[in-house]
Amino acid sequence: MIALSNYLILSAVLFAISIAGLVLNRKNLISILMCIELLLLAVNTNFIAFADYLNNNLGEVFVFFVLTVAAAEAAIGLAIVITIYRNSHTITTEDLDNLKG
Amino acid sequence: MITNILTQIIFYIFALGVIGSALMVVSAKNPVQGVLSLVLCFVAMAGIWILLHAEFLALILIVVYVGAVMTLFLFVVMTLNLDRSQLKRGLVSYLPFGLIIIIFIMIMLFYVVGPAHFGLAAYAAPTAQPANYSNVAALGTTLYSEEVYPFEIAGALLLVAMIAAITLAYRGRRNRKQVKIASQLAVCREDRIKLIGLPSEKKHEDTP
Repeated sequence: MIALSNYLILSAVLFAISIAGLVLNRKNLISILMCIELLLLAVNTNFIAFADYLNNNLGEVFVFFVLTVAAAEAAIGLAIVITIYRNSHTITTEDLDNLKG
Repeated sequence: MITNILTQIIFYIFALGVIGSALMVVSAKNPVQGVLSLVLCFVAMAGIWILLHAEFLALILIVVYVGAVMTLFLFVVMTLNLDRSQLKRGLVSYLPFGLIIIIFIMIMLFYVVGPAHFGLAAYAAPTAQPANYSNVAALGTTLYSEEVYPFEIAGALLLVAMIAAITLAYRGRRNRKQVKIASQLAVCREDRIKLIGLPSEKKHEDTP
């Protein structure tokens, strides 16, 4: 049978790849959003693996809520990206320095 | 025994699919290619979730995520006219940092979640559910009885997100012959009338 650690290592690898993607692709807002989706997918896999191996489906309910929040985040993030592109014709993060922060 | 080997083969195929497509998402030159790799990653992960007996969530992942959210990403990527050379500036110079982060996190997590703590000895494989077990029914029972309050909050959150997204992206209608009452009320007298004080001319009486 497949051990729980196999699933956990799979999601750990996915988590590491998406964290590295956040660092590598930090010029591009859309790539950042996609890497955040991957990050949430890795976390959800952890929840589901524990829910299955502990015979407790509260973990699956939690994944349900995480999916809800991730969908809301993607919708609002993409709306913000569209608004930024409409106003300044770029979504490269280093060109977005209007606030001079 | 044959089922066991088959399960392992399916697990490793889907795991390779997940990791390969995640690497393609991170390293894609073309944003459209990145979004399509993300779709592949979600589909492969749905297979893993089915192996974990979470059938409903796996189908939700495909229907909602691949069907709606990724399509939204694809629409936005195709609508924006992105300059590809601009987007990938500095990827190579950050590559060492990315590799260091990957190796560091993986070593750390392997020690924590490796087979020493979470192997089959510590967590036995779950026993097979009876044939009439329904994952949807079990999930729904929990969701609508114990977790009904968070469920309603999640619904309200989706409503707020929908309103926020529409408000952010909505520009108002153009070329509509509608009276704008606010701008009419905001008009003050100085905008419309300009009084110019002209000096009155004197009639010259000595001219013929």
